[in-house]
Amino acid sequence: MKRLSLLILVWAWALPAHALNIFACEPEWAALAQELAGDQASIYSATVGTQDPHRVEARPSLIAKARRADLRICTGAELEVGWLPVVLRESANPAIQPGQPGAFEAAAYVTMLDAPTRLDRAEGDVHPSGNPHIQLDPRNFLPIAQALAQRLAQLDPAHAAGYQQRHAAFRQNWQTAIARWEKQAAPLQGQPIAVQHKGFPYLEHWLGMKEVVALEPKPGMEPSAAHLATVLAKLQTQPVRMVLRAAYQSPRPSEWLAERAHIPAVELPFTVGGDGVAKDLYGLFDETLARLLAGLK
Amino acid sequence: MKPYLLLSLALCAPLNAVAASDEELRALRDELKQLKENYQQRLEQLESRLQQAELRAAEPPVAAPVAQVRNEPAASASAYNPAISLILAGNYGNLQRAPAIPPTGFAMSAHSPAAQGFNLGESELGFSASIDPRFRGVATLALGAAGGVSVENAFVDTTALGNGVKLRIGRFFSGLGYLNEVHAHAWDFVDQPLVYRALWNNQLGEDGVQLKWLAPTDTFVELGAELGRGRGFPGSDRAKNGSGAGVLFAHVGGDVGVSHNWRVGASLHQTGQSDWQSVGVPDLLGTPGGVTDAFTGDVRTGGLDFVWKYAPEGNSSSTSLKLQGEYFRRQQSGLLSYNLATTDSYALTQSGWYLQGVYKFLPEWRVGLRYDQLDPGTATVGALNAANVISSYGYTPRRTSVMFDYSPSEFSRLRLQLARDQSRQALPDNQLFLQYLMSLGAHGAHGY
Repeated sequence: MKRLSLLILVWAWALPAHALNIFACEPEWAALAQELAGDQASIYSATVGTQDPHRVEARPSLIAKARRADLRICTGAELEVGWLPVVLRESANPAIQPGQPGAFEAAAYVTMLDAPTRLDRAEGDVHPSGNPHIQLDPRNFLPIAQALAQRLAQLDPAHAAGYQQRHAAFRQNWQTAIARWEKQAAPLQGQPIAVQHKGFPYLEHWLGMKEVVALEPKPGMEPSAAHLATVLAKLQTQPVRMVLRAAYQSPRPSEWLAERAHIPAVELPFTVGGDGVAKDLYGLFDETLARLLAGLK
Repeated sequence: MKPYLLLSLALCAPLNAVAASDEELRALRDELKQLKENYQQRLEQLESRLQQAELRAAEPPVAAPVAQVRNEPAASASAYNPAISLILAGNYGNLQRAPAIPPTGFAMSAHSPAAQGFNLGESELGFSASIDPRFRGVATLALGAAGGVSVENAFVDTTALGNGVKLRIGRFFSGLGYLNEVHAHAWDFVDQPLVYRALWNNQLGEDGVQLKWLAPTDTFVELGAELGRGRGFPGSDRAKNGSGAGVLFAHVGGDVGVSHNWRVGASLHQTGQSDWQSVGVPDLLGTPGGVTDAFTGDVRTGGLDFVWKYAPEGNSSSTSLKLQGEYFRRQQSGLLSYNLATTDSYALTQSGWYLQGVYKFLPEWRVGLRYDQLDPGTATVGALNAANVISSYGYTPRRTSVMFDYSPSEFSRLRLQLARDQSRQALPDNQLFLQYLMSLGAHGAHGY
C-alpha cells in the first residue's frame, strides 16, 4: 500500500506542471485563452469547430478534463445548457461551478442581440438572454479579452504581468485587424442575405448585412420541404445575395435553395477550426470575410 | 431650445413652401443638415461613452457587472424556486400474449410486464436546485397511470467536497451498469432489456448513500460504492439496523480522435433475500397455476457494460451511431421453501445480456436494433425438493426489437417499436408499441 501511494505521488509530480488548467467550452475561447495565456496554461477545448455547439455529449473525457480545470471559459447565455451542467456536476470540481472565480462566461461582457420578447418553446430553441453566437463580431473580443486577462491574473497572480502584457499586445493587434477587416468588408454593407440557422446576428450587426429570411422555420428545427418552398417564394419578391450556413450544418437546405434561387450558398467556418484555414481567431475572420466577399461575386 | 424651433420650422416648411423662395429653402436645408450632423456627432459621442462605460464595467473581475444588470433578480421569493421539469409520456401496446407471464425460468424474479392498449407511461415530475453552497437537491416523482405518486428519486448531492469526491444520500438509481441510472424518458427503446427486467425489476433503486471518486487523470476513471437498505429487487426490503445491500462499480472512458468516444464499466452488487415469495412458479409435478416458493439467502450479481458512440467529426447533429451492451450474472444460494412447506438448500446462477445499436440517419430520425437474451441457468436443488423444483428449463429466452423514432425538437419524441418476443417458451409474441415522450419546463442536461 505504501509503495502504491509513493508511486501515485511520483506520478502526480511527474505530470506536466502548468500554472493553469483551462477548460474551454468552445474553440473560440480556447483560441482567445491561447492568445492571452500562451504557454502559461494548458488549454483544452471541449468542442471542435466542426461540431454543432448546441448538441454536445457530456462525454467521459469532458468530465475527466473538467475535474482538473482551474478555469472554464464558456459562452454562457444557455448555449451549453444541454451538456455543461452534467459535466460540472460529475466533475465534482468546486472551482469551476457557476459563480466561482474559475467560471468565466463570455456572454456576460458583451451586449446581447435578439433577446426574445416571447419566451415560449413554441418559438423553437430560443435563449432567454439573447442569441449566444457572440463570437462572430470581432469587436466582442475586446471587452471579453480584457475581462479574461484580469481573470487569469486573479487566478494566477504570479504571472499577472505576463497576462496583462499579452492582453495589451492582443488588444492592439486585434484593433488593427478589425480596422483592416472593416475596410475589406465595405462591399458587404447593406447586402441582403438568407441564413440557414439564426447563427449570424452578430456578424450581420457588425458588417451591416440584412437578414431577410432564415431557412429553419424556428431556431433549431430542421427546414422542411414545405417551409423551404415558402422561403423560395419570399426570395422572388425580396431577393438576397447569398445564403449562409455554419460549417457544422447539413449543406442540403442551403444548397437546395441556392440552386433554385440562383444565389451562392456560402459555408462559413463559424468558429476556430470550422475549416482548414480558420486555425486561430485571426484566421477565423480572414476566412469568414474571404468567403463572404467571394459570395458577392 | 433653438434646434427644436428650427426643427418645427422645418416640419412646417411644406406649408409655406409657396411663400418661401429657393434661397430660403437652401438656407433651411443647410441648417437642417447642420442639425443632423450635430446630432450625429453627439450620438457618436454618446455611443463611444457608452462603449467606454461598458469596458470599464467589465473591469472588476469577478463581479461581471454587465451580466448583473441584465439578470435582474426577481423581487419575489419565487426566484429561489427549484427548476421544475415535467415529462409526459404515453404508450400504446399491441401484444399477442398476456404480458403478465414471466420469461421462462424467471418466475422467481421480479416481473414488470409491458402494458397493453393505451396507457400512460412514465410521466414524471422533477425538481432540482442548489440547497446552499455545499448541497444540491433533486427529487423525481413518478406519476402513476392509475393515480398516486411514487418517489422515484429524492437525493442530496454534495457539491463542494473537492478532490473529485461526491457523496449522494437519499433515494437514487444505483450507479451500476450503464442503463440503470438512465431515466425512462431517455431510454432508446420503449422498454428495458430483458436482463434489466428480470434481474433488476427494470431499474435498481436504492435508499442509502453513494460515494463516488473521479481520478485526476485525462482518462475518465470513476470509482463508486453504495450502501443501501436493499429496497429494490433483488433485495427484499427489510426494516432493521445496518445495510441490506452494497454496490461497487468502476467506469473508465475516453475519446478516440474527435469522432469516437467510449465508456466501459464493471459492477458488483450484493444483497440478501429474506422470505422472498414468488407466486405461480412452475414445478415438476405440473401443479396448475404453479406454486408459491419462498427463498432466503444471498444474492450476488456482477456485471460488465460498454457504450461506444460515433459521430463524424464529432458532429452528432445529423449522423451518429451509438452501440451499447451489458452483461449481468447472478448467483443466489440459500434455502428454498417449496410451496411454503418443504425447505432445503437451493443455489442458482442466471445471466443475461443485450446488445443494441441506435443510428441517427437524419437530423430528426433514428433507427435502433436490439437483441436480448437470458440464461435461466441450472439450479442445485437439495434432496428434499429434488422431485418438486424444476432445476433446468432447457430454454433460452430471447427477444429482438426494432425501433424508429422521430424527434422534431430536443423536447419531443415519437416512437414506433416492433418486437419479436420469444422470452416465454412456446409463447412467441409479436409486439407493437407506439410511444410519445414530451419534456416540459426546465430540461436537465442528459448524462452520457
